[in-house]
Amino acid sequence: MIVKNPNEIKSSEITDEKTYLNRRNFIRAGLLAGTTLATAGVYRFINPPPPKEVVTAEIQNIIQPPDFRAEEKLNSFEEITNYNNFYEFSTSKTAVARRAENFVTRPWAIEVGGLVQKPKTFAIEDLLKFEQEERIYRFRCVEGWSMVIPWVGFPLKKILDAVEPLGAAKYVAFETLYDSAQMQSSFSAGIDLPYLEGLRLDEAAHPLTILATGLYGKLMPNQNGAPVRLVVPWKYGFKSIKSIVKISLTEKEPPTTWNIAAPSEYGFYSNVNPNVRHPRWSQATENHIGEYTRRPTLPFNGYAEQVESLYSDMNLKKYF
Amino acid sequence: MTDIKFHKILIFINSLVPLALLGWDAFFGNLGANPIEFFLRTTGVLTLLFLLITLAITPLRKYYGWNNLVKYRRMLGLYSFFYGFLHLVTYSIFDKSFSLSAIAGDVWERPFIAVGMLAFFLLVPLAVTSTNAMIKRLGGKNWARLHKATYAAAVLGVIHFWMIVKSDVFYPLLFGLILAVLLGYRIYAASNKLKKKLAANHTNNTN
Repeated sequence: MIVKNPNEIKSSEITDEKTYLNRRNFIRAGLLAGTTLATAGVYRFINPPPPKEVVTAEIQNIIQPPDFRAEEKLNSFEEITNYNNFYEFSTSKTAVARRAENFVTRPWAIEVGGLVQKPKTFAIEDLLKFEQEERIYRFRCVEGWSMVIPWVGFPLKKILDAVEPLGAAKYVAFETLYDSAQMQSSFSAGIDLPYLEGLRLDEAAHPLTILATGLYGKLMPNQNGAPVRLVVPWKYGFKSIKSIVKISLTEKEPPTTWNIAAPSEYGFYSNVNPNVRHPRWSQATENHIGEYTRRPTLPFNGYAEQVESLYSDMNLKKYF
Repeated sequence: MTDIKFHKILIFINSLVPLALLGWDAFFGNLGANPIEFFLRTTGVLTLLFLLITLAITPLRKYYGWNNLVKYRRMLGLYSFFYGFLHLVTYSIFDKSFSLSAIAGDVWERPFIAVGMLAFFLLVPLAVTSTNAMIKRLGGKNWARLHKATYAAAVLGVIHFWMIVKSDVFYPLLFGLILAVLLGYRIYAASNKLKKKLAANHTNNTN
């Protein structure tokens, strides 16, 4: 008896060469398209497009004092709100806007105390009752980039006057909110939180120094330091502390976050100074957001005329 | 077309995808507020990524016996060089306006630039000697010895990345750990080989 091999393939079942090649080409085309799409997907996942713009409410009755207008072109709202250093949310400047989307900033208050006659807590509603001014300032980050931003706010001096600093008060310390439930900072962020900053009392009382409540005529977007932040235009951006909850007048120079992290790189003063080198970024030139070549950086970020006298007896290379 | 040839095309096209998307986003103005910084960072990360993939070929081959992988190594190495070249060109043109004195000043004042430059210039002879003709001319052994410079370039590349980061070292650390595993495997394999050789010598002598 002939036992037929049950596994034997009938010649009629063999795929002819042409079909085989077609099928192989089909699979190959599929692999090519599939892997390309997957690679593109991974790229897009790592580099997502900016989130939808969140439009905040208009600030009413803003005045425009003529002394604080820059002749330069303003950076766009989109640029200003999608390129932020706010380590409490993310160490990636382009990720902050998305991470800060649900940041709750009401109710909010700043507690002002320390060496003052009349310690006082200012609710955000109180702060918005001060006359709101538009201040168009250059903003220079220590990382070598800059923008021109139309802030809204009022001089910090108004707060200082309200609490009446004591004679012993020489410095002003600031503190950012740190709420780990809302702010998922990277475990590897590398700085201690809450974020701390400080100014000398005369710097704090300078007419250029403001508490900013908004930009482009609207309440401060979360990613830019809602609801209220400091803006000191002649210093590197990290001095302009965001989302302030505490201001304290002190006798001694207060500790500041970046100075604690790397004292040789970030001084207490951190005035914009093209003559003081930094190991990572050129401070002689800057990349102005919206331009494709670097421009020279000006001493005190272009505010030398207004602020130079504050430092007349100081070696600014030593006290950088 | 053989499978190898098809796989080469597959890798070639996929490796170009990031550049294509960078170009696409640049054309439509979607690289973000600071397009130069984004382009610089992305090409830099891609350089290191391709260097790590290239260095993963040998361990994978030896561990899993996937010997065909070596056929794709040259292309992956050249992609690392290619993205490194784009990284350096972007820096030179946009960040330094092609001014050699500005670049020299940067190398002098900022050690991370010097380290990155050194890493790139280590890759140049490797790219030049990547052709079959050059391998023949150098001889396999010499060629392999020369191409060990990849290890140094990768270590310098990770250090360069580490130094530019302001305070969050997560990504340089991740790249560094992967590199440590890939180089650690080689040290482990080499020491094993040495042990065997010594053991063999020992038995020969006692006999």
